Amino acid sequence: MSPKTLYDKIWDAHVAHEAEDGTSLLYIDRHLVHEVTSPQAFEGLRMAGRSVRAPDKTIAVPDHNVPTTLDRDNAATMTEDSRIQVEALDTNAKEFGIHYYPVSDVRQGIVHIVGPEQGWTLPGMTVVCGDSHTATHGAFGALAHGIGTSEVEHVLATQTLIQQKSKNMKVEITGKLRPGVTAKDITLSVIGETGTAGGTGYVIEYCGEAIRDLSMEGRMTVCNMAIEGGARAGLIAPDEKTFEYCMGRPHAPKGAQWEAALNWWKTLYSDDDAEWDLVLTLKGEDIAPVVTWGTSPEDVLPITATVPAASEFEGGKVDAAQRSLDYMGLTPGTPLNEIEIDTVFIGSCTNGRIEDLRAAAEILKGKKKKDGIRAMVVPGSGLVRAQAEEEGLADIFKEAGFEWRLAGCSMCLAMNPDQLAPQERCAATSNRNFEGRQGRGGRTHLVSPGMAAAAAITGKLTDVREMM
Amino acid sequence: MDKFENFSGVAAPMPMINIDTDMIIPKQFLKTIKRSGLGVNLFDEMRYDGDGNEIADFVLNKPQYRAAEIIVAGKNFGCGSSREHAPWAIKDFGIRCVIAPSFADIFFNNSFKNGILLITLPQEQIDVLMKDAEKGANARMEIDLDTQTITTSDGESIGFEVDAFKKHCLQEGLDDIGLTMANVASIDTFEAAASAARPWV
Repeated sequence: MSPKTLYDKIWDAHVAHEAEDGTSLLYIDRHLVHEVTSPQAFEGLRMAGRSVRAPDKTIAVPDHNVPTTLDRDNAATMTEDSRIQVEALDTNAKEFGIHYYPVSDVRQGIVHIVGPEQGWTLPGMTVVCGDSHTATHGAFGALAHGIGTSEVEHVLATQTLIQQKSKNMKVEITGKLRPGVTAKDITLSVIGETGTAGGTGYVIEYCGEAIRDLSMEGRMTVCNMAIEGGARAGLIAPDEKTFEYCMGRPHAPKGAQWEAALNWWKTLYSDDDAEWDLVLTLKGEDIAPVVTWGTSPEDVLPITATVPAASEFEGGKVDAAQRSLDYMGLTPGTPLNEIEIDTVFIGSCTNGRIEDLRAAAEILKGKKKKDGIRAMVVPGSGLVRAQAEEEGLADIFKEAGFEWRLAGCSMCLAMNPDQLAPQERCAATSNRNFEGRQGRGGRTHLVSPGMAAAAAITGKLTDVREMM
Repeated sequence: MDKFENFSGVAAPMPMINIDTDMIIPKQFLKTIKRSGLGVNLFDEMRYDGDGNEIADFVLNKPQYRAAEIIVAGKNFGCGSSREHAPWAIKDFGIRCVIAPSFADIFFNNSFKNGILLITLPQEQIDVLMKDAEKGANARMEIDLDTQTITTSDGESIGFEVDAFKKHCLQEGLDDIGLTMANVASIDTFEAAASAARPWV
């Protein structure tokens, strides 16, 4: 048998039909649904008189629009159009009989945090969602990627996707990370190397000692941003950490089925002699705590660097960099650690899990945010929030002057009331620094949770290693 | 879906690289539960100021490009989110074809599913088309999907590649779900075998 990559193995196990030109119908094991990209899909089913083919494999949760303030039970906290979208999901979930975690459920949260937490996401699965950060689930060795609303409707109706196979890319992070360097720094540094289009046409498998050393939470952070590098999906081969994370979760297999699953999961790795279309290797020790300076996730530099000049780039990037500098209000040559910020946002599907909150709390313990800084922690799910309260993290955040919020996507994309004002500058643990992403005119610097916490204390972008 | 017909139209030049989905349609317009009506908000934050007034020097606000049906753009067009609102807005504005050196993966799939032709060409050819687009409303570009050719206003022909299945779907205006339903027996067979092999799924 010819050697295969992990991606090849999962792909082969899910092809339901293959046409002569290689166009395949890929069977989907888990379909996650949220309120923003699904209403038109359900409406399409209704118009065509179709049903959901596999409601048991379809899981819905509202996350993008929901307010995260403590008064969110009051309908007035949502704008009319947000409320209509959330209500549409309520109605569609009931009408089509799919699994559903409403806003009132303690398990509600960001769809990419809820899926793994509830054991819906398991190794070797195909997982899709009408959201680009579906790549997160690749941390389990699942083939997971974002789809558009037409494809959401297609999966609802047929439980398959029309797909062409991607190419295989290996990203290896060798050796150990230095203190203060996290999964977020790995994933941003990789995008800094490849650019935001470098992964286009590929599925990335992350491997190497530094990846193996990461917790499941850290691996989810790495895979989450595979899409920012343009890749269809990011994957990490499952291992003992993966199995331990999955075991006992509500929707993970039990008993004999667990054993059967484990036997298969243990075959899910890339064969030694598998062929790669592209390989990128970074040394773990070379990765520094990083921050983005521009309006593309590829605009990554170590916190010890200075703001670059547009002239340092080539081709179309010269104009793009100048536009970014103007938008971000930055002068070339300014040390990044002197850039003053107004807001700190800790949360999102990238960094809203318990380990992220622990890392931020570790820096904030016994300290206070700088006066005048707006700082908020938005846990990724109701269960993350509950656990953080139990561990005393919530108290640390509150004593440091942070707002302690309910779960949702919040200021990552600012579809709910959490937004930046024009020119307001934010250190954010989220995934995109696009123009207007966190609010029209808002300026986003992407960082790790520890770096975000450090920035809250000093009021400027800060090297977390100085606080450790 | 409407069938894609060959056409000639005005092409708007947008040489910027990495035009992302948040630029194409900002998040505040994702709160709709419909597919239509987004054209007026296409490129909203580049097209209008904070008070909702048109920004005169934005390309689609210029008189010669207000009725553009083609965009010629920089590399990695459509990067970012999976929001199909991006192609919905593009289509609703009246754009039927986008030409760029590269496109982001999800945006690429989403566009074809809405009858929009995306053409990928090397940068040198994009440079030729960009120059042609910069000539304004009198310079109409011709898009021929049958022969897979773009003809510039100077009569220069540039061939392009397109996936045969995607071309077929565009030209026939085919609904993907209908096509897949024709293979429902394969799905049934696969599902039964998979659930025997991996009953925990």
